[in-house]
Amino acid sequence: MKQESLPVALTAADSANSHLSRFLDACRVIVRNRLALLGLIIVCAWLVTALLAPYLATHDAYEINIANRLQSPSSDHWLGTDSLGRDTYSRIVFGARTAFEVAVGAVFLGAFFGIPIGAIAGFGGRWVDAALMRVMDAIIAFPGRLLAIALVASLGGGLYSLYIALGINSIPSYARIVRAVVLGQKEKEYVQAARMTGESELSILFLQVLPNCLSPLLIRVSLDFAHAILAESSLSFLGLGLPPPTASWGLMLKEITPFLQLQPMAAFFPGLTISLIILGFNLLGDGLRDVFDPRQYER
Amino acid sequence: MFARYIVQRIWQLIPVLLLVSMAVFLIVRIIPGDPVLVMMGIDAEERSRISDEQYHAVQQQLGFDRPIYVQYLSWLKRIVQGDMGLSLRSRRPIFETIFERFPATIYLAIAALLTGVAIAIPAGVIAAMRQNTGADYAAMGFALWGIAMPNFWLALMLIVLFSVILGWLPAIGYASPFENPVGFLQHACLPAVVMGMDLAAPLTRYIRAEMIEQLSQDYVRTAWAKGLPSRMVIVRHALKNSLIAAVTVVGLQTARILGGSTIVETVFSWPGVGRLLIEGVYSRDYPIVQGSVLIIAVTYVFINLFVDIVYKWLDPRIQLE
Repeated sequence: MKQESLPVALTAADSANSHLSRFLDACRVIVRNRLALLGLIIVCAWLVTALLAPYLATHDAYEINIANRLQSPSSDHWLGTDSLGRDTYSRIVFGARTAFEVAVGAVFLGAFFGIPIGAIAGFGGRWVDAALMRVMDAIIAFPGRLLAIALVASLGGGLYSLYIALGINSIPSYARIVRAVVLGQKEKEYVQAARMTGESELSILFLQVLPNCLSPLLIRVSLDFAHAILAESSLSFLGLGLPPPTASWGLMLKEITPFLQLQPMAAFFPGLTISLIILGFNLLGDGLRDVFDPRQYER
Repeated sequence: MFARYIVQRIWQLIPVLLLVSMAVFLIVRIIPGDPVLVMMGIDAEERSRISDEQYHAVQQQLGFDRPIYVQYLSWLKRIVQGDMGLSLRSRRPIFETIFERFPATIYLAIAALLTGVAIAIPAGVIAAMRQNTGADYAAMGFALWGIAMPNFWLALMLIVLFSVILGWLPAIGYASPFENPVGFLQHACLPAVVMGMDLAAPLTRYIRAEMIEQLSQDYVRTAWAKGLPSRMVIVRHALKNSLIAAVTVVGLQTARILGGSTIVETVFSWPGVGRLLIEGVYSRDYPIVQGSVLIIAVTYVFINLFVDIVYKWLDPRIQLE
């Protein structure tokens, strides 16, 4: 029995070494790829902003001061004030926290359901696969934003509704990635070898097959963060996302819209912020795609 | 072979359409609270406003006293017959209301499609022809930024610039392209640019990549060697082949444009189905929400089908998965 499990044990050790060396290669390619590095820097900068929001904000992001409303950028209010006299810079800083909070929840929910669905579809029989994938097709058949609007309209606004609305949208992409990898791997020799050693199907799936999905999943997560942040901003802009007075970039734009003629700059900065963070995640996603493209290592 | 592909593709569509209809049907059922009161447009606290007879009449009329699968089948039957019920607010048939608004959405989508293609083709070709120069970096910067930029922000910025500061174009409103073509162009200009950016940005990147690939092919080298004029080599040979592959991107992005029309139509007060949906959400007119979502989703599914078929026609090597 011991002798039988040896090749698998060796494969696992080799695989750990190969994962480490691939990770180091990946870091090298990311650093070499200027755009991906820029993306990583932007994302890290916003992540730090979100974590240190109370220390980075210059004013109370929720304090209303009508006497100071719609001010232009100045030394006191770096990016001006909104229609209720709240400091735009401080609200943008706290908005980063909101954006990450929504995105982390939505991405987690999408991955939490999408990965097992894809694994079951790939590992299960033909009918299970067909049934699960048709449901995924039906979700994809909705334009993403439309499904989110419909769900938020039904469930009502708020953080949990956003998690569900945005999370459901991303389930199919995770399911499809995992299914494709599982289908490609399940007949490979190392899986057959693990089966012969008596390893259970579940452990083969989770310990042997699913680690192969990590690279495409990482790319997906990066792009999904961008989607979730954009979708949250869009829904909040429409008044269907987070309720006032939450510091949300989309909500900030919605609140300033009636005052565009009086203070156009107040709409400029929140939108610029959304664009920047999405650009960061997109560049990072593109960079990761390059990293995990094996041809990169040959150069 | 081509006909078989179309039949198979349509066959695959049936379960998807059924599941889409189920999801739309369930939109109302997942709303917290009593679905009868929801469909009557009143809150649970206002239950005393209506008599038990009225309540039961509506319950029976909508079939909420029957098992859910019976409710779904009878709802589906009515939808197929073109009966989506009445709007809670206007009391008008929903189909009628939606099809009144549908042309405005289609006109805007066509205007956006033309705008997007008009921006992307020259930008992509110039970027590919002048690879790694300032023009290439500018085009790629535009594409990257265009993908990252939220369309509602672009809409606000364009309104500030062209309507508030310069006063050149109207910020909101609509005119029919047949009754007032000039008015239509004036009103459609800003929303078409905003929606067109959703297409132009990814299409520019795609055309650039395809053009670079085509320009390195032997047939293009042969065309240069034969001494053909550059315009002919670029337009007749390289661009023509790049555009075949770009059809999918154009089609899929057009479908996405349609799905994203809700925000743009709302910002510009464009009286399309997208705005109707948002109005329905604001006024809690759930039958309108159901109808609008169903129409947009079904149109989206059919555009995707059309794109697949056109692509297969252009490139017969495509196989059905």
